[in-house]
Amino acid sequence: MTPQLESVSKPSKPIKASKLSWLGPGVVLGGLLPLVVMIWDAYSGLLGANPVQRATHQTGLLATILLLASLACTPLRQTLGWTWPARVRKALGLLAFTYAFLHMLIYFVIDHGLSLSVIVEDILKRPFITVGFAAVVLMIPLAITSSKGMVRKLGFVRWQGLHRLVYLAAGLAALHFIWQTKKDLREPLLYAGILGVLLLTRVVWNLRKKKGRPAAAPASRSS
Amino acid sequence: MSHIPPEESSLEPKNEAQTMQRREFLKNAVLTTGTIVGVGGSLSLLTRQASAATPEAALIGGAKRPLGPYDTSEAQTSYQSITTYNNFYEFGTDKAEPAKRAGTLKTRPWTVLLDGEVKKPQRVDIDTLQSWFPLEDRIYRMRCVEGWSMVIPWFGFPLAALVRRMQPTSKAKYIQFTALNDPKQMPGQLEGVLEWPYVEGLRLDEALHPLSFMAVGIGGRLLPNQNGAPLRLVVPWKYGFKGIKSIVRITLTSTMPRTTWALSNPGEYGFYANVNPKVDHPRWSQATERRIGELSRRPTLPFNGYAREVASLYSGMDLRRNF
Repeated sequence: MTPQLESVSKPSKPIKASKLSWLGPGVVLGGLLPLVVMIWDAYSGLLGANPVQRATHQTGLLATILLLASLACTPLRQTLGWTWPARVRKALGLLAFTYAFLHMLIYFVIDHGLSLSVIVEDILKRPFITVGFAAVVLMIPLAITSSKGMVRKLGFVRWQGLHRLVYLAAGLAALHFIWQTKKDLREPLLYAGILGVLLLTRVVWNLRKKKGRPAAAPASRSS
Repeated sequence: MSHIPPEESSLEPKNEAQTMQRREFLKNAVLTTGTIVGVGGSLSLLTRQASAATPEAALIGGAKRPLGPYDTSEAQTSYQSITTYNNFYEFGTDKAEPAKRAGTLKTRPWTVLLDGEVKKPQRVDIDTLQSWFPLEDRIYRMRCVEGWSMVIPWFGFPLAALVRRMQPTSKAKYIQFTALNDPKQMPGQLEGVLEWPYVEGLRLDEALHPLSFMAVGIGGRLLPNQNGAPLRLVVPWKYGFKGIKSIVRITLTSTMPRTTWALSNPGEYGFYANVNPKVDHPRWSQATERRIGELSRRPTLPFNGYAREVASLYSGMDLRRNF
């Protein structure tokens, strides 16, 4: 038991701001790498027999994964006490929005040739398009107000209230993924499940905080 | 263990601050690159998909010939696309999977059971069955229910010839096709996405229509496994899922067969499944389609462009209800 106790009670080292200067650029460029690869694949005919569908699917999946990654930052701090993910949360969110917007552009511009009647009909008549479109639209104000200056301008409370829209956008995106699937729901349900866990962690955390019990951060264990 | 004395290094900086700076810069460069590769690599691994290689198959057919009465003169889809973009859930639900995974399917020896409302049920070897009929090319449009289409040079024989050879009794009203059910050969069957075996069917008059076709090959080559070897159905005026693959049993019946997709989701897939731009899939439009190899969409035609030949089969029927 002794070595275990020792490792637990070891205080976590505080990380200096300058020490993580590589993280942000690394995540942004790494996040854009799949786009470069996809453009290369498209150019060299590696997107398969139906490249438009492949590109649509790929950008949608990238948006989903990056959005989940951005939503994982807070639970990681709450449960494991990690503070570094918060530094890349904004980058992850903006990357998710970039791919979601591209996903929508590919669908409306390349797939449907920007035909207004098709776009309007799709948004109004097809629930999976309606919710997908709504998810992207909801993310627009979040992308616009993602800078530090905008936080100051709006005031933190209002800014935070606005940015809670991301939960709705993520839920709609999960629904969009499930509804567009022809039959095999395993993949969309996996992502929806991860989203569920990430949102549930927040709910549990907030409930515990309200009860006034000490939070389960590694530094302040109560039992 | 040999240590290089610090004096020998030509990169020796002038002071300690410079060393620290250089070290910090190098460390940051390595960490940034590592993060780019790590983040970009895992995202690509999760989302990118390698395309499958084109299969090699022996030529069995003859040379090109003038177009027949049922052939379309439209540009044919590339053999590469026809054989690497497949819906064959017995090998996985992704379209690239059948080409990668169908190697486990053993198509020889293969027998087909011909039974039901027939004069004399029999089990016949695929090579014998194939030898009963002169094999011919049929260049057909194929429209998938998902909204994409191809032009495929099938090779085989008319279904009507087989039905006549089976000698239907007076009770025969429908034909039911059953595909192989063997998870050892068809690993996708373990994934439980649909009920196995895959079952499809037609009304007997549809089966007797000269367009209905049994394919054993594509473009003069034996069918690659991912396209439904060794024997599959082709009904060009219906959505592609009617074209059941790797058939082991053909049964004439008096009642309408309970077909796989209609059972799995009766609100979205019907028994008839005639291509109809006016009847949308509950979740997406069927008005347009993407021809594989083309960038923009084209309008979908009633009965997939075969209305002149087959529309009379459905006169008086409400095609919105009998979708």
